[in-house]
Amino acid sequence: MVVGMTMETFLQQLINGLSVGSLYALIAIGYTMVYGILRLINFAHGDIFMMAAYFTYFGIAVFFMPWYVTFIITIGLTMLLGITIERVAYRPLRDAPKTSLLISAIGVSFLLENVATYLFSGKPQAFPEFPLMTTPFFIGGLSFQPVSIVIPIVAFILMSALLFIINKTKIGMAMRAVAVDYDTAKLMGIKINGVISSTFAIGSALAAVGAILWCMKYPSVLPLMGVVPGLKCFIAAVIGGIGNVKGAVLGGLILGFSEVLMVAFFPALTGYRDAIAFVILIIILLFLPNGLLGKKQVEKV
Amino acid sequence: MKKTLSVLLSLALVVTMAAGCSGGTTTSSEDSDVIKIGVFQPLTGANAAGGELEVEGVELANQLRPEVLGKKVELVIADNKSDKAEATTAAARLIEKDKVVAILGSWGSSLSIAAGDVVKTNQIPAVALSATNPQVTAGNDYYFRVCFLDPFQGTVMANYASKKLNAKKVAIIQEVSNDYSVGLAKFFTDSFVKLTGDPNAIVATGNYNTGDQDFNGILTNIKAANPDVIFAPGNFTESALIIKQARALGITAPFIGGDTWETNEFITVGGADVEGAVMSTFFDDTNPLTEAGKTFVAEYKKAYPDRANIAAVTALGYDGYMMTLDAIERAGSADPVAIRDALAETKDFEGATGMITIDANGDATKNEAIIKTVKDGKFTYLDSVTVD
Repeated sequence: MVVGMTMETFLQQLINGLSVGSLYALIAIGYTMVYGILRLINFAHGDIFMMAAYFTYFGIAVFFMPWYVTFIITIGLTMLLGITIERVAYRPLRDAPKTSLLISAIGVSFLLENVATYLFSGKPQAFPEFPLMTTPFFIGGLSFQPVSIVIPIVAFILMSALLFIINKTKIGMAMRAVAVDYDTAKLMGIKINGVISSTFAIGSALAAVGAILWCMKYPSVLPLMGVVPGLKCFIAAVIGGIGNVKGAVLGGLILGFSEVLMVAFFPALTGYRDAIAFVILIIILLFLPNGLLGKKQVEKV
Repeated sequence: MKKTLSVLLSLALVVTMAAGCSGGTTTSSEDSDVIKIGVFQPLTGANAAGGELEVEGVELANQLRPEVLGKKVELVIADNKSDKAEATTAAARLIEKDKVVAILGSWGSSLSIAAGDVVKTNQIPAVALSATNPQVTAGNDYYFRVCFLDPFQGTVMANYASKKLNAKKVAIIQEVSNDYSVGLAKFFTDSFVKLTGDPNAIVATGNYNTGDQDFNGILTNIKAANPDVIFAPGNFTESALIIKQARALGITAPFIGGDTWETNEFITVGGADVEGAVMSTFFDDTNPLTEAGKTFVAEYKKAYPDRANIAAVTALGYDGYMMTLDAIERAGSADPVAIRDALAETKDFEGATGMITIDANGDATKNEAIIKTVKDGKFTYLDSVTVD
């Protein structure tokens, strides 16, 4: 059933795709950063995202703090959570085989999901409303939610800031050094632990911002809400070339647009929307095994 | 230090394992003075709020009638995690480990259907409380239910859309991974097409999966089709988000749905946007039809004084428990097969939601549905419909 689509519907779908894609991009950056430095797929990233959503929910809906205070506290707590996870679950395993680290990450993911279910119940909580961000305005027949425009802008600003940190600052240089060669960087006197902690802090802060924006757009908070976004953003990071920040953003946007456009052009297939992420992943990896912007990895001996 | 820790940990492991074993042996004695009934519900995951409402009804009934045949009735609650694969395991665990003689639940037809084979092969009777899909009891002598079925519910809502809302064109949004949602959408479609005589009366269909949060894509398609009414049977969280996003896209058509919407979370998540949403359900707490219904409402208000209204599925949880106890009493024993036979013979049992007679399929013969709407943040009675 292909409906003769009007220009208006098509443009509306592009707007939808841009805002979903930018959200994916924000979360994908966190995956890609950790991978770039530790060669670890941090499977707990989606659950860090979920915890950030709960922090915001509690700050505003339960403790009645003003939103700006809540956002700062949320970002702070989420960074702390990311650093703690690294300290407790990953650092002791740093010299262990990579598989152990990966399994530890999956363990942390399950732990966070179950702790959240136990503490916050499995029922969805209503995320507080931000009328300023969600009340739509109309141009021609097109509906714009302010949040849908804010999301890509925030994503772009944060990506630029991150690229600045990585390329122009001292800590960024240290991160790049660790990413290139962990052992040599250590020998050269770089404080590895500090660098890795800051990587987790930055990645988690981005997950927190992603969670706040995500919940403004989709206002329900659940213990398992991080699973699907986590998986999709991981795919986005891989599509773009895992380890590459620009690639993560590109991957997120590609994923967001293709999902929405598939719904637009093939309405009968909308139930398979999640499958499209995997189909794109397989196609891209078949032709570009390192993703779109990934560099060819030479296995070090 | 590390060594002591590992010794301690392994010791702890051994102790917990031993505890697990001893727990297993004491509970499996056949001649105990306790009758165990399993409560099989989603308590975590996407359907948790629905499961919790049914458990409330079952527990309330258990407090009012804690004994049968001179034995204490013990409820064993199992969480099926809103997941079909988990549902099979949870039902099997209730039967094999906890040795229950009957099972109540689950909220959600898909979850009940998933447990169908387990209860059938183990010959343990199960009573579905609010699972409305025909597949739950079809071809299964051990599954019963106390609510009405989806072909009936679909007809009721199609009539409402066509006669009360004067709809000519309807769009459907269904949860494709959910048997309940797909089934109800199909029965609605059949009935609505027949009522309007227009084979193209369904102008658009949108599919989504449980747990999805972004519906802007399918809603933009639906907006382009410009329907008079949108029928969106499905889980309450996703449905509330769908309605919110539809309003943000400028869709003004009324939303109608099925019994699964009637949970508090539908309103808290949906906020002002779900005002005016209309759904069919099983029970009106402001006007109970039977004496049992009046007792139920009074007792519920005593137990939960701060609730704004009583969900219909809670009343069905109450009925499921009471009907099962009635069957155990008539069977005169706690033997699962005898309970099954007694359940199958249930006739004119006075439940809170009306008189219950079990037919040859194991279904309650009910021909009345309640239509409710969201008004001022509460589920409010709108109409009651009887179809013969």
